[in-house]
Amino acid sequence: MIRIENLSKSFTLHNQGGAVIPVMAGAALTVGPGECVGLTGQSGAGKSTLMRMVYGNYLAAGGRLMVGDLDVATAEPRQIIALRRQTLGYVSQFLRVVPRVPTLEVVAEPLLALGTPADQARERAASLLRRLNIPERLWSLSPTTFSGGEQQRVNIARGFAHAYPALLLDEPTASLDAANREVVLSLIEEAKARGAAILGIFHDEAARARVCDRLVDVTEFTPKAAA
Amino acid sequence: MTDQAYNFAYLDEQTKRMIRRAILKGIAVPGYQVPFASREMPMPYGWGTGGVQVTAACLVPEDRLKVIDQGADDTTNAVSIRRFFQRTAGVATTEATAEATVIQTRHRIPETPLKAGQILVYQVPIPEPLRFLEPRETETRKMHELEEYGLMHVKLYEDIARHGQIATSYAYPVKVEGRYVMDPSPIPKFDNPKLGNNPAIQLFGAGREQRIYALPPWSRVESLDFDDHPFEASKAAHDCDLCGAGHSYLDEVITDDAGGRMFVCSDTDFCAGRRAKGHRGRLSSEGVAPPPHPSPTRGEGGASLDAMVHVNDPLASSPPRGEGMGVGGADPEGTA
Amino acid sequence: MTLMERMTMTDQPLLRVEGLTKRYGQRIGCADVSFDLYPGEVLGIVGESGSGKSTLLSCLAGHQRPDLGRIAYDGRDVLAMSETERRRLSRTDWAYVHQNPRDGLRMGVSAGGNVGERLMAVGARHYGDIRGKAADWLGRVEIAADRIDDRPSAFSGGMQQRLQIARNLVTGPRLVFMDEPTGGLDVSVQARLLDLLRGLVRDLGLSVIIVTHDLAVVRLLAHRLMVMKSGRVVEQGLTDQVLDDPQHAYTQLLVSSVLQV
Repeated sequence: MIRIENLSKSFTLHNQGGAVIPVMAGAALTVGPGECVGLTGQSGAGKSTLMRMVYGNYLAAGGRLMVGDLDVATAEPRQIIALRRQTLGYVSQFLRVVPRVPTLEVVAEPLLALGTPADQARERAASLLRRLNIPERLWSLSPTTFSGGEQQRVNIARGFAHAYPALLLDEPTASLDAANREVVLSLIEEAKARGAAILGIFHDEAARARVCDRLVDVTEFTPKAAA
Repeated sequence: MTDQAYNFAYLDEQTKRMIRRAILKGIAVPGYQVPFASREMPMPYGWGTGGVQVTAACLVPEDRLKVIDQGADDTTNAVSIRRFFQRTAGVATTEATAEATVIQTRHRIPETPLKAGQILVYQVPIPEPLRFLEPRETETRKMHELEEYGLMHVKLYEDIARHGQIATSYAYPVKVEGRYVMDPSPIPKFDNPKLGNNPAIQLFGAGREQRIYALPPWSRVESLDFDDHPFEASKAAHDCDLCGAGHSYLDEVITDDAGGRMFVCSDTDFCAGRRAKGHRGRLSSEGVAPPPHPSPTRGEGGASLDAMVHVNDPLASSPPRGEGMGVGGADPEGTA
Repeated sequence: MTLMERMTMTDQPLLRVEGLTKRYGQRIGCADVSFDLYPGEVLGIVGESGSGKSTLLSCLAGHQRPDLGRIAYDGRDVLAMSETERRRLSRTDWAYVHQNPRDGLRMGVSAGGNVGERLMAVGARHYGDIRGKAADWLGRVEIAADRIDDRPSAFSGGMQQRLQIARNLVTGPRLVFMDEPTGGLDVSVQARLLDLLRGLVRDLGLSVIIVTHDLAVVRLLAHRLMVMKSGRVVEQGLTDQVLDDPQHAYTQLLVSSVLQV
C-alpha cells in the first residue's frame, strides 16, 4: 500500500545564505495492507520528516513515494487532496482546527467531506468519542479549550473516523493514561484487521511491540555527508 | 396676441430642432432616456421646464393646447404655462381634453380617452426609475444597457416587506415594449393602464435632468409586479362628490376643521363635462356651494406645494416668475 | 453527486488561467499568472500589500481587464465574452465577497431584500418564494429570522459579512471570489465566519479563490496556496506543504514572520 524507494529530502534555508541541509537520502520501505510498520531512530533522525513526506506535507527532493497508485513525490496538489480525503489518514501530535467548532463536528468532518450523510457521520463520531472517554458534555465545545490529553484523543477520533486504507500515526499513545492507551491500541489493531496499512512512530516500546509487525530504523536514511 | 419679442413658442429654431431630434430618437427607442441640452426657461426647475421645452418643440400655430396640473386646468402651474404659450406662440387653448391637440400635464393622464393625433407631454422631475436604488448615473446607464432590472423588484419587495403590499402609489415603474424600465412621472398608479395601448403620442420631458423619453402610439407597457402581488390600479374607494363618477381618480379635499372632507375628480374637465350632462354626486345636489372646483389639499398621489395654492387668490398664487409671466386673475387675453 | 465525486470525477478545471498580466503603465500589477482551479477547490492567494493579489483577483472577477493572458471558465473564454454575458455570469455562477460588507451590500435595503436581489435579477417574480429563500439563507448564515426586515446598517460587522455571503450564495454560484473576507473582524467573529465558510464550501462544493494576508485563515480554509510577490507567483502548492516546507526565499520569510500565539 505504501512503497518508498530511494527517497531523499533536503531543506534550503534562503534566509541563512541559501544553506542546503540534506536530511534524508536513499530512504526505502514498504507497508502492506493489514501491516503496521514502526519507524525508529533517535529524536531528529527524520521519523517525522518521513511521515510528513508521505502525507505530502513536505516536498520530496527525489525518489518515489507510492501510496496506492499515486506517487506523492510528483503528484499534483489536487491529487494529494483527494488521496488525503479518501485513502490516507494522518494522526499528528497536534490538533489544528477552526476555533469555535464543536468537538463532534471536528471528529465528523472527514466523513462529511466524503459526502457521508450528516447523521451517520455524527453517529460515528459520537461512538469514537465515547470510546475514547471524552465526556459527552464536552462534545458541543471546541476542543481548543481542552487539555493536551483530551485534544490528543479528539485528534485520534478524527483520524479513525473514516476507514482509511492507509494511516500515518505520529505518537498516538503519547500523553494518554493506561485506559485510553488501551483504546487507541485496540483501534489500531482493528484498523489492521480490516486491512489498513499503518506507518507509525511509537516511543512507547510496549505499544510498539504490541502493534508493529516490523520496525524500520530511519537512521539508515541519514545522508552520509551529514553523518 | 403673440409677443413679437419672442420666437414662436419662446425657444429659437435651432433649439427646437435639437429637442425634436431627441423626441424622435425617444419615439424610435420607446422608454429610453435620450439626453438633450435643456435650456434655461423663464420659470424655476420643478415647475415643468422639461415639459415646456418638449411642448415648445411640438407646437405648430394650428395647435390647440391644454395644460393640466394634477388633473386641473385652473391651478397655478397650468394657468401660467397655458398663458406662456398663448403669449409666445399665440396658439389656441382649451380645457376640453377631446378638443386639444397637445396636452401638457403634470401628475395625471386625462380621464377622457386620448385619440390618435394627440400629443400628451409629461413634466418629469426625476426620469431615472433606478435612481433611488442606485445613485451612480454610470451604473444606471449600464443597467439599462444590459437590462439589469432586478433592482426595480427589490424596491417593490421592500414595499411588500414593510407594508404588506406594494405601497408605491405613484411614479410606479413600467417596462416598455419588454425592454426599457421607465418612470412614468409621478402619475398615480391608477393612470398606469392608460400608458399602454394608447393611440396618442406620449412624450416625457425632464428639464433639470436633461432627459426626454417617449411612448409611441399603441406601445406595450407593463407595470412591474410579483406573481403573488399583482399590480393594481388603485384609487380612493369613493365616488366623486360632485359628478358621481365611480371610475375616475379622486382628490380628497378637506372642507373644514371638523374632519369634513369630500372626494372630487382630479380631472376638472372630465368632472365638469359630466356635471354638464346632468350627473350629480353626493354633495352637488344639496345646495352646498362648493367652489367651481375645489383645488386639492392633498392629492392621493403626493400633492406638491404649488398644487395646494388656491387659484382663485391671485396674490397667493403668484410664484416668482421671470419675463412678466405672472398670473393676472381672470383670463382676459385668453383665446385671442 | 457528493463533493468527493465532483472532485475526483471531474478532470476539467472550472477555471483555467494562463499567462495573466496586468500593467499600470510601467508598474506591474500582476505578471504571467497561470493556474487551474477544479470544482470544490479552495485556492488561497497570499502576499503582502502591493504583491498583486488584489489586482489578480479583480482581473479574474472581471472588474479589470488584463493586458495579456487567457481566462477560461467552464471551457468558455471569459475575456472574449460580451459584457452582458460576463455580468450575467457574475450574477449567477459567480459571487464576489468584499472585504468591507458595505461594498457588497445595499445598506438601505432590508436583509431579505439584499438576499433576494440576485434572485430577482435572474427573473424571480414570486414574492413568497423569494422571501422563503431569503429566510432560508439567513438561517444558513446564522442570522435570526426576525431580522429579515432589518437593514444591514443595524447589524454588527460579523453579521453584515454573513449577510453578504448569503446574498452572494443564494443563486447557487459555483465560483466565489473573496477579498480578505475576515479582515476587519474580531478574532472570535473571524473564527465563526471561517467555520461557516468551510461548511458552505464543503456542502455546496464551491470553488473559491480567497485573497488574504492572513496565513492562519488560508491554512484553515484553502486546499491550495499561491504566494505572490511583486506581481508574480513565487510559489504554489498544497497549503500545508507551502506553509510547513516553503521552498522560495520569500515564502520562508513570510512564514517565519508570523507571530506565534
